[in-house]
Amino acid sequence: MEIFAQQIVNGLVLGSIYALVALGYTMVYGILGLINFAHGDITMIGALVSLTFIQLLVAAGVPPAAVLLLAGCGAMLVCAVLGLTIERVAYRPLRRAPRLAPLITAIGVSILLQYSAALIWGKQYIALPAIVEPLQFTVFGAQLTSLQAAIFLLACLIMAGLLWFIKSSRMGRAMRATEQNPDVAGLMGVNTNTVIAFTFLLGSAIGAIAGLMVVLYYGIGHYFMGFMLGLKAFTAAVLGGIGNVGGAVLGGLLLGVIESLAAGYIGDLTGGVLGSNYRDVFAFLVLILVLVLRPSGLLGQHSGDRA
Amino acid sequence: MNAAHWWRRTAWLVIVLLLLAAPFLIEAVLGRAWVRIADVALLFVMLALGLNIVVGFAGLLDLGYIAFFAVGAYSYALLASPQLAVHWPFLVLLPLAAAVAAIFGILLGAPTLRLRGDYLAIVTLGFGEIIRVFLNNLNRPFNLTNGPQGITLIDPLQFGGFSLAQTHSLAGLTFTPVHSYYFVFLACAVLSIVISRRLEDSRIGRAWVAIREDELAASAMGINTRNMKLLAFAMGATFGGVAGGLFSSFQGFISPESFQLLDSIMVLCMVVLGGMGNVTGVVLGAVLLTALPEALRYIGPLQQRWFGEVFIDPSDLRMLLFGLALVLMMLFRPAGILPARRRVMEKRHAAG
Repeated sequence: MEIFAQQIVNGLVLGSIYALVALGYTMVYGILGLINFAHGDITMIGALVSLTFIQLLVAAGVPPAAVLLLAGCGAMLVCAVLGLTIERVAYRPLRRAPRLAPLITAIGVSILLQYSAALIWGKQYIALPAIVEPLQFTVFGAQLTSLQAAIFLLACLIMAGLLWFIKSSRMGRAMRATEQNPDVAGLMGVNTNTVIAFTFLLGSAIGAIAGLMVVLYYGIGHYFMGFMLGLKAFTAAVLGGIGNVGGAVLGGLLLGVIESLAAGYIGDLTGGVLGSNYRDVFAFLVLILVLVLRPSGLLGQHSGDRA
Repeated sequence: MNAAHWWRRTAWLVIVLLLLAAPFLIEAVLGRAWVRIADVALLFVMLALGLNIVVGFAGLLDLGYIAFFAVGAYSYALLASPQLAVHWPFLVLLPLAAAVAAIFGILLGAPTLRLRGDYLAIVTLGFGEIIRVFLNNLNRPFNLTNGPQGITLIDPLQFGGFSLAQTHSLAGLTFTPVHSYYFVFLACAVLSIVISRRLEDSRIGRAWVAIREDELAASAMGINTRNMKLLAFAMGATFGGVAGGLFSSFQGFISPESFQLLDSIMVLCMVVLGGMGNVTGVVLGAVLLTALPEALRYIGPLQQRWFGEVFIDPSDLRMLLFGLALVLMMLFRPAGILPARRRVMEKRHAAG
């Protein structure tokens, strides 16, 4: 039972990070119908930038809270600019092109980001310097560190804020209008280019925070870390119903828990035949199952033109 | 026989002679290492042509194509090495590798093909990774794939007592293994080209193009889109499987390291750069993209000499250029170096 509770807690914390990344996928997909392959790598850039900030600031003797705040802001800034640039240079010219074209461009951008990062930060794993010793406490028999709790709470706060923003603000309304029909939204006076650019900016900034969280959670960063993270976040977005912001949150948390439980119990269930090294397979199994059984996802209403 | 006809035949004759003499010419000019590169280029021609069926003809983006290559390679390796202590003849194994790959193609395609194209891209990406995870971990509970260490001592191609792994000489020419394999791969690549060309103009090929351009209209015209898409997947996988089997026998050693996402991307680059749907273009793309990275190897020492240190690792530079090429190609020349004939016709039609 304690193991069960522990896996649930681990899963929720990890899942909240997946959910943050999934938001970036789902917002862009909702508006452009494009899988932004580069989003996982934007998260990776966010992670490495914040790592660099942390290294520099810790070395300069800045207090821990300020280190985290500055690292987060720096990463958000870099990623927001990056997201805007990618949208402007690589995606906007192809908005009316055949489907395959932007998809291939997105893969190209993803490779570019990965190997630019390899060039800047090198290919080795980068370790996080010690910032503060996290407190340990016990919830329902599960061990929880203050770091994990902070990650989970902050992620929930961001998600709630985003949901409120999309529901209530002027820009949020414009985003929803553009999602439903960009042409008509344009006729109603919405500057769809601005809205799309803003969507990329928002998604990338949230991705940067997720990147910082991954670094804090695992304690390392790597130029290729965006790949798996991106795939899992995409799976989370599909699980929740791609294009649906609430769905991305639900999908992320659910996927985190599924993965944790599966990795925790697969050894016992199969009598030790399969180990937790199959962990990464579960995300794909979930993805394929969802696509077969309920392609519109848990919260997706319309399946669109998935002919 | 008119003059144009004569020129055509002469040109073909020259090309055939050049291709036959290529390994000896290459060895004389560039050294034996480049004969090996030529062999690899021919393997990639097969792979790229297989992916071209899926991406170029049918318009289905497959990002895990290297998985079929892996399946073919492991099928061959397992049944022709000390790993399972069986040594089947390659005449049985190559068709088997093709069949196993085709079955995997259908397995992958069946659940996903009724979905939109971009889902397919992600699922195939995941599939490629799953295959690699399994290859890496199937050394327990019993040792099937030998895990990350891979399989060694794979049998070379053998015709009776004639092994391609030995050096032979014929008519004053020395045939080292890389030379012998060149001719086997050349034959297979030519066969792949012929099959691709014949498919392109067939009823099936036209059905694929129709699906690529407008799936709804295609199904309204009576095309069974699901079966046709599955067929494209199975066909593409077959090419990959055969190439994988040949790769196994050629290398004598395989490990999961050879079948990474980057390899899938590289094959995709060949198809996109050469011209999706154009067989000549894809062949050109495969040869160019195999030779270019090899040429880039010389950049490391050059940097050393000019700047005193190596700034960019040549293999990283290669990937950077690939990424850049994909983006720039899509932005400025989306149809590739040699656009497919149909695209050219469409453009001319639209202009006139």
